[in-house]
Amino acid sequence: MISKCKLSDLPAGAEAILEAIELPEEEARHLMILGFLPGHRIEVGLSAPGGDPRVYRVDGSEVALRRETAKHLETMPLVGRVLETE
Amino acid sequence: MKLSSAECHTPAGPPRAFSPRTRLVAIVGPPNAGKSTLFNRLTGLHQKVANYPGVTVEHRMGRLKARYIDTGIVHHVELVDLPGIYSLNARSEDERVTRDVLAGLMPGVPRPDAVLLILDSTNLGRQLMLAAPVLATELPTMVLLNMSDDLARRGGVLNVPELSKKLGAPVALVTASTGKGFDEIYDFLNAQLAPPRPIQLPILQDVPKTRKWAAQMSLASGYVAPAPTKWTRRLDKIFLHPVAGPVIFLTVVLALFQSIFTLAKPLMDGIAALVSGSGDLLKAVLPESVFRDLLVEGVWGGVGTVITFLPQILLLFLFIGFLEDSGYLARAALIADRMATILIAPLMTCSARLPIYVLIIAAFIPDKHVIGPLLGMRAIAMLSLYILGFLAAVATARLLKSSILRSERTPFVLEMPPYRWPKPSQLAMRLIDRGKVFLHRAGTLILTVAVVLWILLHVPTHNGKAPEIEHSIAGQVGHFIEPAIKPIGLDWKFGIGLISSLAARETIVGTLGTIYGTEGKETNGKLQEAVRKDLSPAGAAALLIFFAFALQCMSTIAVVRRETGGWKWPAIQFSYMLVLAYVGAFAAYHVVTWLS
Ligand SMILES: Nc1nc2c(ncn2[C@@H]2O[C@H](COP(=O)(O)OP(=O)(O)OP(=O)(O)O)[C@@H](O)[C@H]2O)c(=O)[nH]1
Ligand SMILES: [Mg+2]
Repeated sequence: MISKCKLSDLPAGAEAILEAIELPEEEARHLMILGFLPGHRIEVGLSAPGGDPRVYRVDGSEVALRRETAKHLETMPLVGRVLETE
Repeated sequence: MKLSSAECHTPAGPPRAFSPRTRLVAIVGPPNAGKSTLFNRLTGLHQKVANYPGVTVEHRMGRLKARYIDTGIVHHVELVDLPGIYSLNARSEDERVTRDVLAGLMPGVPRPDAVLLILDSTNLGRQLMLAAPVLATELPTMVLLNMSDDLARRGGVLNVPELSKKLGAPVALVTASTGKGFDEIYDFLNAQLAPPRPIQLPILQDVPKTRKWAAQMSLASGYVAPAPTKWTRRLDKIFLHPVAGPVIFLTVVLALFQSIFTLAKPLMDGIAALVSGSGDLLKAVLPESVFRDLLVEGVWGGVGTVITFLPQILLLFLFIGFLEDSGYLARAALIADRMATILIAPLMTCSARLPIYVLIIAAFIPDKHVIGPLLGMRAIAMLSLYILGFLAAVATARLLKSSILRSERTPFVLEMPPYRWPKPSQLAMRLIDRGKVFLHRAGTLILTVAVVLWILLHVPTHNGKAPEIEHSIAGQVGHFIEPAIKPIGLDWKFGIGLISSLAARETIVGTLGTIYGTEGKETNGKLQEAVRKDLSPAGAAALLIFFAFALQCMSTIAVVRRETGGWKWPAIQFSYMLVLAYVGAFAAYHVVTWLS
């Protein structure tokens, strides 16, 4: 059973499809411009010590978000993908 | 949907200030696309940094190197390097500035005649999104696909003529760092300019549509994205390692602060010797006169002292440039996170604070080892000041809860650039640039203050003779405020210094140079020795604390004024910081006195 999941809950190496950004329009638009587009794939990367903020690979670039932002991004994890970053 | 630019973008700006044969060309692009590299290569050293009125955003103006100009149509080309932006939505101050400049709405800046839109060709799909709003301005635009060396090396390909046809604007593949592909830029800048051919543009507010449009553009031009960089991932495993990462970060910051003071020493001694040598020489060869004294005591004492600190300022910017160009600074910001806004941001921008700290610390804090030769008192002072300044700013923001630190509320979103080996030519440009700014201030502001101060130290005259320093106007002013600063361990000379530092913080160094020069105590360029007689370690600590908190620079005050729409908040902030500074300095003075 696959269920939706907050981006902030995904571990390093996981991949997911972004479903929705639950943030005010202006902030959501900025994130979309940086590559967080609904329907696009996100790969979870490394983080600062303590797991916050974390780097995400989106749309050909790497962008760091704080947990307080990432928790507003609904994703559908891609299961069965190898959890490998290299 | 067809979008005519007149709908949401503003019409042509004020009449042109330049002659028709002069062209103003704006360089626009996302952060890290290579704007500054391009700008530096096109203009060489013919450039100057400036601030738009009322904003902290810096811009650079420069003239295209003359040898590239074809005498045909254009006489010369002025280039302006704008801040990096992702869109023209005016979400950030950078975007607002760029939008206003392109629309011709920026006071004092005529509307550009053309735009060089520079994009990173290694991630074209996303970078092309910015082409939509820029083309919608209907300014003649050339699209430069930069980093073509990276693109080729990593196996990316692209059909340039096809993309040009699709965009309705000329396109060129370039390498800004080597100048490859620049002939086409010169051709564009010299030819008759024409607005882009109208094409179907997406609704600019609709990001998914804009992204889709950009994808169509790159797809239609046969774009094959390059293979991902292996090195960036490998290095991130080290620099973002949960244990090694923070250790490396702390080491880098401490090493930076420490080496600014140690490595610069021989150079500083050399300059100090030059300054004092030339001062003595002037005194010897010039006939005795008021003018000679003004020159030797006032100017050599004031400006000369400040110039001694040039090597440290340059070293500081060399290190920062290396960190930034290599891509490490973004990782450092990630690790420091919340502190990043203030701990790292001053490293990234050219904030006035850091050079001032360096200057004040080198002038007033003795050079003593704390932990072996590796970590000195000055590096520690630097670090403490830095952290204190940060805490003060956070506390202020909490207390005022106004829109002063608006950026505090926007989410932390930071793009991680790939690691790159910094180019010596780019680093050299930065140094020349910063050196020029520093010397310019020394030659204008500090020179003026030095001359005025020297005069105030020599009036009123008694029977044609200058008064004792204590009885001069400047001396009396100093003595007048001495009771207020005595509790923090400073005497009247520093009182004069503090007053003069209202003009700019670094002026205090020049001011004390002039005072000691006039007193005849100081041998030019050796301020530290002279100061130590009047300033106890506790007083030095208090002075530093005072500087960490007080006296916001003029541009900060201007920004607060603009954002809050009045003088009330800037006045409150200024007074608040002043009180905080005084209390902090008082505490520091007594703690250090008690400790020693
Ligand atoms: N390999 C390669 N690197 C480049 C090229 N152009 C620029 N760079 C590097 O890319 C990095 C960013 O370049 P900048 O010129 O600082 O970029 P910018 O657009 O001014 O960046 P911001 O001012 O931060 O928005 C620097 O490390 C440059 O050395 C290029 O053509 N090829
Ligand atoms: Mg730049």
